[in-house]
Order: sequence, then structure tokens, then C-alpha cells
Amino acid sequence: MPLLEIQHLIKNFGGVRAVDCFSHQLEQGGLYAIIGPNGAGKTTIFNLITGIYEPTEGQIFFNGGEITGMITHEIAGKGIARTFQNIRLFSDFSVLDNVRTACHHYASYSVWEGLFPTPRRRREEKALTDRAYRLLELVNLADRAHEMSKNLPYGHQRRLEIARALAQEPRLLLLDEPAAGMNPDETVQLMDFIEQIHETFDLTILLIEHHMEVVMGLADDIVVIDFGRVIARGTPEEVQSKPVVIKAYLGTEEE
Amino acid sequence: MSDYYVGILILVCINLLSVLGLSLMTGFTGLFNFGQAGFMAVGAYTATILTTRYSVPFAPALVAGMITSLLTSFVIGYPTLRLKGDYFAIATLGFAEAVRLLVENLEKITGGSRGIPRIPTHTNLPVSLAAAVIALLLVANYVRSRHGRNCVAIREDELAAESIGVNSFRYKQISFAINAALAGLSGGLLAHYIGFIQPSMFGMIKSTELIVMVIFGGMHSITGAVFAALVLTSLPELLRAAQAWRLVAYGAVVVLIMVARPEGLMGSWELTPANVRALFTRSRAVESG
Repeated sequence: MPLLEIQHLIKNFGGVRAVDCFSHQLEQGGLYAIIGPNGAGKTTIFNLITGIYEPTEGQIFFNGGEITGMITHEIAGKGIARTFQNIRLFSDFSVLDNVRTACHHYASYSVWEGLFPTPRRRREEKALTDRAYRLLELVNLADRAHEMSKNLPYGHQRRLEIARALAQEPRLLLLDEPAAGMNPDETVQLMDFIEQIHETFDLTILLIEHHMEVVMGLADDIVVIDFGRVIARGTPEEVQSKPVVIKAYLGTEEE
Repeated sequence: MSDYYVGILILVCINLLSVLGLSLMTGFTGLFNFGQAGFMAVGAYTATILTTRYSVPFAPALVAGMITSLLTSFVIGYPTLRLKGDYFAIATLGFAEAVRLLVENLEKITGGSRGIPRIPTHTNLPVSLAAAVIALLLVANYVRSRHGRNCVAIREDELAAESIGVNSFRYKQISFAINAALAGLSGGLLAHYIGFIQPSMFGMIKSTELIVMVIFGGMHSITGAVFAALVLTSLPELLRAAQAWRLVAYGAVVVLIMVARPEGLMGSWELTPANVRALFTRSRAVESG
């Protein structure tokens, strides 16, 4: 049984078809990528999976259950975490609190107990803090735990956002253009980092990327989309050599 | 202490209850509420009708006022909390006006625009001070809990908060409910302090006054809320000798703060032992350097 199964997904915005009959299957533990030119509908697919948009047609199954039409926080609770193309941290929070907030499901004290300093609350808060610190150490941000997240350098903010997603202990991690705005050196470091968390956390990762070369060494399986439609799929080597893919990326310049 | 200053202190405590609720709802959760006086009116009229007409003792009447106000927040919140920020603020504005008009027109129950006179003046300094201190401790605890962090996360970025599994609707509803309960209590205490209520006491002016206190003190600070309630309640009273000019002074102080420090006096600074210690070490470092 695949971990995530997308069947004939369609999304219309008014008269524009942003995603056209997109189907995909992710097996547990794989590292997948969706690539395509700007405006191809990559982020829309993420927004459909995470319930930010409701699909016009089609179904999405996760871990054997249907998640089509569920609310974003319910889908997150099922074990799907994501990052955003234009980093969305809680900028007024410290680095630690960004991660602690994402761990909140690991504490169970009630709203009522939130009003009083009960021993259980203190115990659970301490456990949350420890958990957050462990994660920050893993992403090499522990020494900056008390800095405001908006004061971090760009590359660190990216890593913090990934740490925040990992704090949910998801089964599936969606990364939306994690290398956007990074120079080649930073990009190489980031790709190593993604490979590392893929192994450490035994995750399934689906990654969106605009630049083809970034995912070539990383993903086992690539889907190429253009104008919301799948134009090629396969291993990096297979995809790279297909004329439709080259045309989608370079097409306008040839004419 | 003379009765006059005791009176001002009671008013500070009563306003603080409303401002604490607003601070949680607007400052920490990011839900603008321009209709706080409406919730105060619900609490005030519920408690007053119970004590004057049905001879219900003071404490249960106050609790009934809180509960009625809290239930009202659920009724108002359910359809409106899904609205985007500005629209929600307008909905609260409309709610408060609706309450005022309802009170004015239900003459048999509320006394209409002439109001309810001769309310027993049960509210004294110990009662209002105890209520304010307890509310302060509860709200301060709440904002530092995991639930409080979720509220701030929603304020900072609702989409990101949802994406990490925060049920934003539920947390908005809770903040709204806590706010409404505190406003209801504040209204009930006010009615039994002044001894007289009428709809015009709970109009736009009152709502604006309360939200100004939250902004003035610092949107993200409970300390700021306390400070603002203290200063902005007592300032117009203490300047009473200057007559009409006191309101000009009040306005000038608020404008000055907004120009000089848009994040409010305290910003997001809180009065905790650790923060005070940090403040002193920093100022010592400046002195020695």
C-alpha cells in the first residue's frame, strides 16, 4: 500500500486549470521530487495535499485513509508536515518557541490546565523544551535557541522551518522549493542536510524544485509537470534525456 | 486612603478585567475586537437584573453575567470567527451596537434608555482587586502555556499554524470566550459600583477606550495591559481639575505613544524576575562601559 496516493487531481481557478488530472503514488521511505517551470502548478499540488485548497475533482489517500476535503490542521495531525516556498516562520517567536509550538501535540494538558501552573503542566512543558532542544541540536541551531527567528540568516531560517516541520514527527515531509534564494554552495549543503534527515527520521519526502540539477543527485523518482499536466516521470537519468522535458525548460528560447 | 482614590482604584481594577481579556484576544491571538463594551453590557445587565429584580446574591449574579457573556461569544464567534481579520472586527462592532439598541428597546426588562437605577453597590476594593489579581494570574499563565503559544502562532501566521496542526478556529473561540467572560465580570462589577446603568455607558466610546488601552500598553504584553489600565483610567480622573483639557491631554498622550513607540509602551516585554534581572545587568553594563 502506498503511503500517499493521489488520483486524478484537478484544480480550477475560475477558467484556469492549474492542476490537470495529476496522479501519483509515494511509497514509504522514498525521496520523490516534482519539478517544472515557474507557474506549472507545483505549489498548488502541495496546497491540495495539505488541504489549503479543495480539489475541484480527484481524491487523495494517505496511509490508507482518504484525506480529500479535510481541514489543514487535521491533515497535519495525520502526519503530513510541510515547508513553504517563501519561508513562513513565527517571526516574533524565538527559535526554540518555533519548534516548541510545533511539538505541542506531545503535551496533553488541557486548556483548563493552561490557566493554572499545575505540576503536570510543568512536567509536560519541560519535556516539550527538551524535545525541541534535541531537534535544534540535530539541525545545528541549538546555540541560537533564544534568538528571535526573524533575526536569523536566510539559510538558517530555511533549516529552522524544516526543523519545525520535523518537530511534528511526520511520516511525510513536503518541501516547497527548499533551495530557493540560495547560492550553489548553500544549495549543496542543503541537499546533504535533506539526505541526512531522510535517513535519520526514516521519512518519506516529496520535494518541489524549480531547478532540475538540484534534485538530480537526490531524488529516486521525478515527476515533471508543465501547465498543470504531467509530461514525464521516471528516474533522474530517464527524465533528463526526454525531449519534452528539455522543451518545457528551454522551449521558448528555441523558437 | 480617601474614598476618592479608592474609587479610582476600583475603576482601574474593573477596566483591567476588560483590558486583560482584550489583550489575550487582540494582542496575543490577533483578533481585533471593537465591541468589548457590548460584552460588558451583557454581563452588567444580566447581573443587575438578577440582583435588583430577583434578589439573587451578588456573587452568583456576577457569575451568571460572566456565563451569559461567554455564551454570547460562542453565538457570535461561530459564524464570524472564520471571517478574515477586518471583517471580524466589523462584526464585533455591529454586535456591540446591536446589544445597545436591544437594551434600549427592551424597556420592560432593561428600563430602556433611562436605564436601571438604585442598584445595590456591592462592589468594593477587596472584591474588585481580588477579581483583577486572579484574572491577571490566570491570563498570564494561559499565554505562557502551550495553548497561549498556539494563539500567538495564529496571530503570527495562521496558515503556518494550521500546517503544524493548530486548530485555529478552536483557539480563536477559546480566546474569544475567555475575553467575553472577563468583560462580563467587568460589566457586572461596574454596575454594582456605580449603582446605575444605562445603554449609553456601553457604546462605541467605551469599546474604543478599552482597545486603546491595549494598544497603548503594548499589544503583546500583559504587563503593558496592567500599566495602561492603571494610567489611562486614573489620568482623566486625576486631571479632572483641568476640566475639558483633560480629554485633550488624554488624546495627546495616546498620540504621542503611537508616534514614538508604535508597538506600545511595553512592546512584548513582561515583568518577570528574569527580565528584571536582565534589565539591571544591561544598565550596569552601560554604566561601566
